[in-house]
Amino acid sequence: MNTLPGTVAVNTFREAVRDRVLYNLIFFALLMIGAAILVGQISIGIDRMVIINLGLSAISLIGLVMAIFIGVSLVSKEIEKRTLYSLLARPIHRWQFLAGKYAGLLLTLLVNTVFMAIGLAAALFYVGRPFVRGDATIVVAIYFILLELALVTALALLFSCYSSPMLSTLFTLGVYITGVFAQDIRRAGEISQSVAVEFVTRAIYYLVPNFHNFNVIAAAAHGEGVPFALIWQNTLYTAVYVTLVLLGATAVFSGRDLK
Amino acid sequence: MAAPIIEIEGLTKDYPSGFWRKRWKRSLDHLTLHVEDGEVFGFLGPNGAGKTTTLKLLMGLIFPTEGTARVRGRSIDDVSMHREIGYLPEHPYFYDYLTARELLDYYARFSEFSAAERHARVEKFLKRVGLGSAANVQLRKFSKGMLQRAGIAQAILHDPKVVFLDEPMSGLDPVGRREVRDIILELKNEGKTVFFSTHILSDAEMLCDRVGVLVGGKLQGVGPPREMVPVEVHSIEIVFELPDGRELPQRMAAQSTSIGGRYRLSVPEEDVYAVVDQLRIAQARILSMTQVRPTLEDYFIRLVGQERAATHEAEVALR
Repeated sequence: MNTLPGTVAVNTFREAVRDRVLYNLIFFALLMIGAAILVGQISIGIDRMVIINLGLSAISLIGLVMAIFIGVSLVSKEIEKRTLYSLLARPIHRWQFLAGKYAGLLLTLLVNTVFMAIGLAAALFYVGRPFVRGDATIVVAIYFILLELALVTALALLFSCYSSPMLSTLFTLGVYITGVFAQDIRRAGEISQSVAVEFVTRAIYYLVPNFHNFNVIAAAAHGEGVPFALIWQNTLYTAVYVTLVLLGATAVFSGRDLK
Repeated sequence: MAAPIIEIEGLTKDYPSGFWRKRWKRSLDHLTLHVEDGEVFGFLGPNGAGKTTTLKLLMGLIFPTEGTARVRGRSIDDVSMHREIGYLPEHPYFYDYLTARELLDYYARFSEFSAAERHARVEKFLKRVGLGSAANVQLRKFSKGMLQRAGIAQAILHDPKVVFLDEPMSGLDPVGRREVRDIILELKNEGKTVFFSTHILSDAEMLCDRVGVLVGGKLQGVGPPREMVPVEVHSIEIVFELPDGRELPQRMAAQSTSIGGRYRLSVPEEDVYAVVDQLRIAQARILSMTQVRPTLEDYFIRLVGQERAATHEAEVALR
């Protein structure tokens, strides 16, 4: 990554590593070891389902916590600590800085997720279950978790461009929870028999990211397949949504005074 | 005649204040200033005068309400302008999880150096600012002076033509200040233009080809430090000793101060011969006679005093 955003991205990744962010992997490893031993003793025949469910949920939750809490401070921390001053005095555009920060956190989340996925595979191996073709859905589930994290990180970055870390956390969490229940909110509007409510719920449905479509953990646990169309639809949806959010973040940040 | 290296035309910055009823506070008021190639230019002013605002505007960290500025002919909106400048922010903060070597390497990556040249430059500038032995220490363990030196190194390691330093001597001990002064003089000898803000007037007098004085966001004057103050002599200061048992005439004794047996007397230039005659009669031993001229500090304090008085009058009138 010999570009300016690449330089910023590598430094962002280095910051996460030096701030011991990846220590969460130890917690995940302990969780997986404990679950594998416990499940081996108490469950007959459902050990696969329990471990996949637990493992993927933990990967998703840990990733989300990291994406939100690191994401909301990506820009505000640089402004607050004034490390941004000497950086923006270099020949770098503000959008390049934002792209670098975003890519750096995504790289951190990718490395973190890959290590957790290896931990999940090790736990499945420990309970003595041979890998089967249906396990491909686990890989898809992990891919969808990464797409979800890419969306959440972009939102956290957008909010961090104009508000404090605490408000940004609230906004990001709010959008995430709304996105998880986006389909239910739309259905509620449809049955309300009010044109205004239906308009608002439909607007929310289209505005917030539809995270429901990214959750295939249950299918992975039961060894069910995932339609190929959903994979590319989610990929395209994430690419377009992230691009729009990052353009919004650039528009906000490019005109901001760094007091 | 070559165009000025820094051209500031009517630069103005208003900040909003208040939550419900937005008011605008003018931090910089139509600043027009030109700095020539190779000059060391001192930007003087008390705290809150608008010095840091000016530097932030030039760096593109904040945006002007009015006015424009160019550095080496390029607008401050043009990111490519930043290839030719170096900047040390006031109270510099850096990524404290990095070592000094990693920090300089990081900043060097924003210039188009080959890997070998980048490494060579990092080592050269670590030594130049006296951080060679602390190259592998994380910045969170650095003292303020060491951080300032790391800041200067990052500002000059890409060989910029114009160097902007915001309060480079602030918080440094006498040795640190001397080192920074030496670096500024070295930069001048290399033909670079140095624009630095300070409120330490002795540094400005010592280093600057020209200074600009900013008070209350307005430029009060620009020129060589010696020309900023009137050339006429205020008075003559005479330092002398008296032999044992001798006393000064009563009027002269009242006007002089005595410390450790030495007398210090300040007299108007036209009275100096008469006073010397009296000292001869008193058999005084004259140790020195010095012309007392107004200093840059006198000029500065007078301007600040005038501005504060004007602000106070305006506030009273508003009430």
